[in-house]
Amino acid sequence: MNEPTADPRAATAHESAGAPEPVRADPWAVLRRDNQARIGLGSVGVALPSRAVLELNSSLAAARDAVHVGLDTGELVAQLAACGIGDPIVLTSRARNRGEYLRRPDLGRVPAELEVLPATGWQLGFVIADGLSSKAIREHAANLVRCLVADLGSDYTIAPPVVVTQARVAVGDWIGQRMGLETVIVLIGERPGLSVADSLGMYLTHCPKPGLSDARRNCISNIHPPQGLGYRAAAATAARLVAGARALGHSGVDLKDSGPDPSLTS
Amino acid sequence: MIRRQTLDGHSYEFGSLVELMAKATPRRSGDELAGCAARSEQERAAAQWALADVSLDCFLTEMVVPYETDEVTRLIVDEQDRTAFSALSGLTVGGFRDWLLEAAARREGSALLGSIAPGLLPEMVAAVSKIMRNQDLIAVAKACRVQAGFRTTMGLSGRLATRLQPNHPTDDLRGIAAEILDGLLLGAGDAVVGINPAGDSPQACADLSVMMDEIRRSYEIPMQSCVLTHVSTTIGLIEAGVPVDLVFQSIGGTEGTNKSFGVDIAMLEEGWAAGRSLHRGTVGDNVMYFETGQGSSLSAGAHLGTDGHPVDEQTLEARSYGLARHFEPLLLNTVVGFIGPEYLYDGKQIIRAGLEDHFCGKLLGVPMGVDVCFTNHAQADFDDMDTLLTLLAAAGVNYVITAPGGDDVMLGYQSLSYHDANVMRNVLGLRCAPEFEQWLIGQGIADAAGRVHGLDLASSSLRELVGTGAR
Repeated sequence: MNEPTADPRAATAHESAGAPEPVRADPWAVLRRDNQARIGLGSVGVALPSRAVLELNSSLAAARDAVHVGLDTGELVAQLAACGIGDPIVLTSRARNRGEYLRRPDLGRVPAELEVLPATGWQLGFVIADGLSSKAIREHAANLVRCLVADLGSDYTIAPPVVVTQARVAVGDWIGQRMGLETVIVLIGERPGLSVADSLGMYLTHCPKPGLSDARRNCISNIHPPQGLGYRAAAATAARLVAGARALGHSGVDLKDSGPDPSLTS
Repeated sequence: MIRRQTLDGHSYEFGSLVELMAKATPRRSGDELAGCAARSEQERAAAQWALADVSLDCFLTEMVVPYETDEVTRLIVDEQDRTAFSALSGLTVGGFRDWLLEAAARREGSALLGSIAPGLLPEMVAAVSKIMRNQDLIAVAKACRVQAGFRTTMGLSGRLATRLQPNHPTDDLRGIAAEILDGLLLGAGDAVVGINPAGDSPQACADLSVMMDEIRRSYEIPMQSCVLTHVSTTIGLIEAGVPVDLVFQSIGGTEGTNKSFGVDIAMLEEGWAAGRSLHRGTVGDNVMYFETGQGSSLSAGAHLGTDGHPVDEQTLEARSYGLARHFEPLLLNTVVGFIGPEYLYDGKQIIRAGLEDHFCGKLLGVPMGVDVCFTNHAQADFDDMDTLLTLLAAAGVNYVITAPGGDDVMLGYQSLSYHDANVMRNVLGLRCAPEFEQWLIGQGIADAAGRVHGLDLASSSLRELVGTGAR
């Protein structure tokens, strides 16, 4: 087989076999513009063509490796410090390494220490957690925090950002309670897929405290422009949800997003 | 009740039925995480001997999760058909395994297995599965037949259906329409065209429902669609007049798990009634669609049973089927490798769990499907998925989940491709649901015998379909 090209799905089996074929327009090409999904793969008999199988295997290898890449907190702290909501604080969860993190979700939900966090009390705070994709945090977290501050900074007091490594979503419950946050928003790296390894999710919890179930959270997922949700659209949804949670007195399944504004693009 | 078992000169003691069932469970990471797994292979073997000696009647009095504090237990126990159970009364768990394999080998096995289903408690079914090998799970499940219908019929002998899962990271209508087109041209969607929305705004869900309904009507496709959002959102959509075929909800095996999903039995009843009120089915009125998975209760911290002991994740999973069958669903699939390696560590554990779930659900009378899947942080790969699909297809699974290339670009995990299902249909001589198959033949996607060969985009009038979502 030839080396994979930038978009091997666009290539046909004939081309990959090396046979000189007249150039034909792939009717799926235009449809792939709206989509990262592996559509129009073609078939050999009824099975996947060799190129599609090899491409899946190499994507799988990349995604599996991506799970184990650690977060460079130094660079992230510098970026977050420039967001104008105070000096970032860096913590770890109780999971000591990636292997333990994967097997022990209970440890990933609890910060290793809380005493370093100020307990001043703010209306809103952001927790940035590596989750399963440090790449998502590296690519998107600071940009998203900047948009969130722009949308929410004039309406609410915002705590200094907290960065946590080897962390799961519920780590925000402990941090939120300790810091006296009325609402905590956890930005977390979603698990790497085959085609998207940098997807970031945002979980909003009003009145955070340890022991809350996921039914008390609202999630905005798949933030990874340009293909996924953009920063401005995600921040606008978060702003609606924060206002909604404060009006309702809690977050979770009772809190419905009034809907995306189609005019928003990033 | 304390049970003891001697094995190779060692005496093992099991303090309760909850502890015994957990320790008899084939090894998996979730039970080790919960702290209820056997501490050695020999302790596990001893527990399986002891569990085999437990009478099925014990399950009527020794509750795994207390009746007083858990509405799932109350529903399961209150609805048990004692007359149907009477055929099994007096059998031990070990005797029940023998009974099942004898029944499965008989010509009238399907009717016999169907007749006992309403008499079974999920805990009995979970218990017997723990002393059954993969081969046993396949043989008995194959003999169980559970049918359901809406616009297509699920569960007929010799059929393997698929859910077409056209997920998209921003719920873009044009992108999703292209994925639906891709799947239809490869013969997918006879179980359901079902979208997991990336956002949970009711308006986005309504837009997706309307688009799928337009596609269905434009091309006169005998299919059902579903937007897999929270049941309370779906109830709102139905009240607003949005065309809804199936009502979806994730469920689990304890009241606390369901609370973590933001639902209870009353809310599910409300969703069921709302779905049925529309009378949109043509060949049946099964309107509910459930997803489940081993580990969901532990993940929610809602896995404790009698006397506060952790219940093993496979028994809790079986209890979710006990809850589901009350609602006469069209579809239930375990999302077996989805939750992650902390609950099912590797390909071996995922394969075993997939077969257990399929067996338990079918024996309880649930029309089972399976999402044959894995995540990138588990120790599993496409070979494991091929193996599990082959085993499940041999076991007569009603349907499997399929996505473009097996790669779900929104949820970030790997399921099966449309191609995988077609290969398996060819290998085992399985066909699509009959109503959908007729449509595929008419479209030139399947031959006159119903064999799906797929169709090029350029050769199909369906290519206009991408215009539907572009408006």
